[in-house]
Amino acid sequence: MLNIQAIKKDFPLFEHEKNLVYLDSAATTLKPRVVIEAEKEYLERYSANIARGLYPLAEKATKKFEMVREKVATFIGAESAREIIFTSGTTDALNLVARLLTSQLTAGDTVITTVMEHHSNFLPWKELAKKNVLDFRVIPLTEEGTIDIEILKKSVDEHTKIVALSAISNVLGTINPVKKITTLIKNINPNTIVIIDTAQAVSHMPINVSEWNADFVAFSGHKMFGPTGVGVLYGKLSLLETLPPVSFGGGMVLDSCADETLYKEAPYRFEAGTPNIGGIIALGTAIDYMESIGMENIQTHEHALTLSALKRLQETFGENIHIIGSTHPEKRSGIIAFTLGGIHPHDIASVLGEYNICVRAGEHCTTPLHRSLGLHTTTRISFSIYNSEGDINKLITILEEIQTIFNK
Amino acid sequence: MSLYQDLILDHYRNPRNQGELKGATHNAEASNLSCGDTLHIDIIVKNDIIDDVKFSGSGCAVSQASASLLTECIKKESVKKALALEPKDILELLGVTLSPTRLKCGLLSLETMKKALHEKNN
Repeated sequence: MLNIQAIKKDFPLFEHEKNLVYLDSAATTLKPRVVIEAEKEYLERYSANIARGLYPLAEKATKKFEMVREKVATFIGAESAREIIFTSGTTDALNLVARLLTSQLTAGDTVITTVMEHHSNFLPWKELAKKNVLDFRVIPLTEEGTIDIEILKKSVDEHTKIVALSAISNVLGTINPVKKITTLIKNINPNTIVIIDTAQAVSHMPINVSEWNADFVAFSGHKMFGPTGVGVLYGKLSLLETLPPVSFGGGMVLDSCADETLYKEAPYRFEAGTPNIGGIIALGTAIDYMESIGMENIQTHEHALTLSALKRLQETFGENIHIIGSTHPEKRSGIIAFTLGGIHPHDIASVLGEYNICVRAGEHCTTPLHRSLGLHTTTRISFSIYNSEGDINKLITILEEIQTIFNK
Repeated sequence: MSLYQDLILDHYRNPRNQGELKGATHNAEASNLSCGDTLHIDIIVKNDIIDDVKFSGSGCAVSQASASLLTECIKKESVKKALALEPKDILELLGVTLSPTRLKCGLLSLETMKKALHEKNN
């Protein structure tokens, strides 16, 4: 069991906001002191550029930076640090894959995604399909809020080049069986490139990209206790080695005067320009922090909170609450989106906000999903390591008050 | 101070001038796509006076209360006066300050009313 009071002390925001109930970790997690200190330490003590300077400070920065590449690789079960490309976030990573794969596409190929995707794993593929005259297919959900595997099976064929899906939906909280889906796709067409958006999974459960047999995996630093502005694109090395760079500039070139410009090997050829060095070093510290707690422990804690919240919301509000997604708690992560009576989610979130209870209200960047469910907007709560039963108590008390205030 | 003052809640629970108007001389619809607020306003203008006005739609308490308050404010007033209304006047009617994210909820009614008066539909 996690010691929540001790964990809360690791996060300076709880010192500044005494009664904060933070239930919006799916939007961004709070930052532990060690992460803030790591970035500050880089900025104050060795803020040299990487991979260029020959003086000790630059060498230190480069070494710290590259150690994070190793750390990320181990953390997600990659076979080599060369499979880790640093980006500015999940959105940037997914857009990068879309650009990287452009050279591999011919008109008439199929690109598949699902209706539960965040816009960042939906729009890059929709746009890619439009520009390259590809067949764009969107897999619907079963009534239970999971990807309809039967329709997916029927949609993958010899023309399928790309399938992109999330490990965990940012609204439904559905945990998708990634390994099963990847195997199924590759059994039908081994050449299909499978891309997994792991933004909502990476700080909530153990991940192993090699076991998944995914070709690309994207996630953000700021949803795993790291800073904003950093993210990761994992790519299978055998695949990365065949892909030409799409962004050009410093740090990725060997010989720029040759007729045929000679680029560095992967992953460096995909990282033009100076990256967010301090942010990436702090991301390494965020991984250390999560590992010191233990990914299994985090998963167990959040699962217990999810079970309790689902049960208590249903008990308290009965037919007035509509919880979106699977009714099987074992298929869910710590994300719960709901509607309450006819009360607009913005009103719910505003009143909760007046009590310093932070939740998200709106479409959560998933218009296709909300439309497919016949909904405009929902209210979403999401858990992390600093949440407790006490947070659920406070949430439910104020939700009851909201129900009274807005009762027509 | 809470955003949800008695005035806003009263107009949200008991909206004035809600419904549709047969024989409207002007009407318009507008929405805040990302919020899911939608508003439709029907107006009957006689001799440059707003003889009657009704609204329908759905959305958050702020957008619906603002529509209710606005219709009360412009009924039996001149078109010129209605068109001269500004965002600050709506905030005055609501009696609260709105954060930038809630401002578009509060001002949807003003936008819809002006759109209706500018476009003669019937």
